[in-house]
Amino acid sequence: MAVAIQPTVATQTAHSMTVRGLKPFYGKRLAVQALDLDVRPNQIMALIGPSGCGKSTVLRCLNRMHELVPYARAEGLVKLDNIDIYAPGIDPALVRRKIGMVFQLPIALRTRNIYENVAVGLRLGGIKNKAELDARVEKALRDAHLWDEVKDKLHLSGMALSGGQQQRLSIARTIAVEPDIILFDEPCSALDPIATLRIEELLLSLRQRYTIVIVTHNMQQAARISDRTAVFMVEKTDDIPVGVLIEEGPTEQIFSTPQDPRTEDYISGRVG
Amino acid sequence: MSLETNMLTYPRRSRVDRALRGCTIIATAIAIVPLVLIITYVLIVGGAALNWDFFTQTYRPPVPAGIDPRTGLPIEGMEENDLSQVQARGGVLHGIVGTLMVTITALLFSLPIGILAGIFLAEYPDTPFNTFIRFCCDVLSGAPSIVIGVVGFTMIVRQTQTYSGIAGSIALIFLMVPTIARTTEEILKLVPNATREAAMAMGAPMWYSTLTVVVPTALTGIVTGALLAFARGAGETAPLLLTIQGNSNLSFNMLAPMAALPILTYKYIESPFPAENQLAWGTAFVLMMLVLGVNLLVRITTARIKR
Repeated sequence: MAVAIQPTVATQTAHSMTVRGLKPFYGKRLAVQALDLDVRPNQIMALIGPSGCGKSTVLRCLNRMHELVPYARAEGLVKLDNIDIYAPGIDPALVRRKIGMVFQLPIALRTRNIYENVAVGLRLGGIKNKAELDARVEKALRDAHLWDEVKDKLHLSGMALSGGQQQRLSIARTIAVEPDIILFDEPCSALDPIATLRIEELLLSLRQRYTIVIVTHNMQQAARISDRTAVFMVEKTDDIPVGVLIEEGPTEQIFSTPQDPRTEDYISGRVG
Repeated sequence: MSLETNMLTYPRRSRVDRALRGCTIIATAIAIVPLVLIITYVLIVGGAALNWDFFTQTYRPPVPAGIDPRTGLPIEGMEENDLSQVQARGGVLHGIVGTLMVTITALLFSLPIGILAGIFLAEYPDTPFNTFIRFCCDVLSGAPSIVIGVVGFTMIVRQTQTYSGIAGSIALIFLMVPTIARTTEEILKLVPNATREAAMAMGAPMWYSTLTVVVPTALTGIVTGALLAFARGAGETAPLLLTIQGNSNLSFNMLAPMAALPILTYKYIESPFPAENQLAWGTAFVLMMLVLGVNLLVRITTARIKR
């Protein structure tokens, strides 16, 4: 497909993703069996499953972060709206700009102050006008529910913030560039319960404008915030563990009447 | 009061613990004491050789014994061939200028080459080519410096038919680049991968992530590597002897033979006159202070940039 991702003016229309036959590899080893997934607009999709089931790997395939690991690659079709993000001629950097990612450990860039931590993506996008930068940084920090806590210390190092604040700073940095989709890789696993609660509230408010995919170890979290849930398991073929998507559906249904017995075992705490 | 324990191995364990700690302290002392002694000796003996002329004058022949240097007349009652009475004159301004010019020129070329090579080694996927480069760097930085001198001599001095400051700088580049490349690589590898990924996840291209996020995070370490390279370059004698040769006069011409502090140290320590031997300690002192001064200066600046 020769359609390149074009820089577009940010719109409020939400976006969707389609995954068909995705097979992530580490070297020659298949990490997850071929899977299909539909991420619907303005929804939160949760990927859950025990450690090693490949849910983070799948997430990283959705914005081509996976291939940054040495020898890692992916086969299959991943579409943002109707554009194949793995098509030849597509710049992975542009894909990542459209599909932002927030990581497990809060990352404050240590050589930049709080303001610059958010502005870095905007500057990268070529915005130089001070007034516009100020406005966009403020908006991102407000949207990340962090503005009131940092508005008087924007020039301080991001490292001076608490873990929960740093995670919201990471989110502000990600939403500042107004991506189409936001991927969250266990965003709360390093945070205390109160900070976790604030991130969850934030995710629910972001859903109004963004489409979200979140990997989480915390099943209650998936139940609380997600619209749909995909359950992954580890299967062994010839003693080699391979991740597999066993079930996907509306969160309510996954947690009340799962189709696969393994899902029931997992969510009731008997597996994983 | 003491805690009761039924841990049978406890007495032995605590003895071993004390013994090991003792060993580390003794080893550290053995490493540190000579260093402190050398530095103190250079400070005392070298410091005594310092005066205004030392920094403002170039080489002047020593005054024979029994002659008053101011009047040029014999001093009564003094032996004429008493070496210990020979008085040194002049200073090492030419050496300071030469060392600074040769080393800084070398550093200006080594820094970009070394840092970019280090980035290549650390940030781009490992290939056999990387392993080869890394191996070459290790061998080159371990090579005896006289070998580098011979290379500089055959490559530049023989070809251009003259000793020159430039030849010295080129020889020092051979020494500095591998050091800078390897320290840069090691320090970049300490930057958490998450930092890179955070930059990449914003849609930053590789070069942007590397230059504006990864390298600034590791800046202090990279600067330390550059300083080590500078200190090593400034203190090298063998490569310079074979390339810049030495010069008794103040010269700013990089295309002609130049003086350098280590060469002056070598020359003065070989001198039969005790007074000139003392100048050798003086040059050693100045060289040490030069390295220390540059070190402090750069540290203060990087600390300021970081804030």
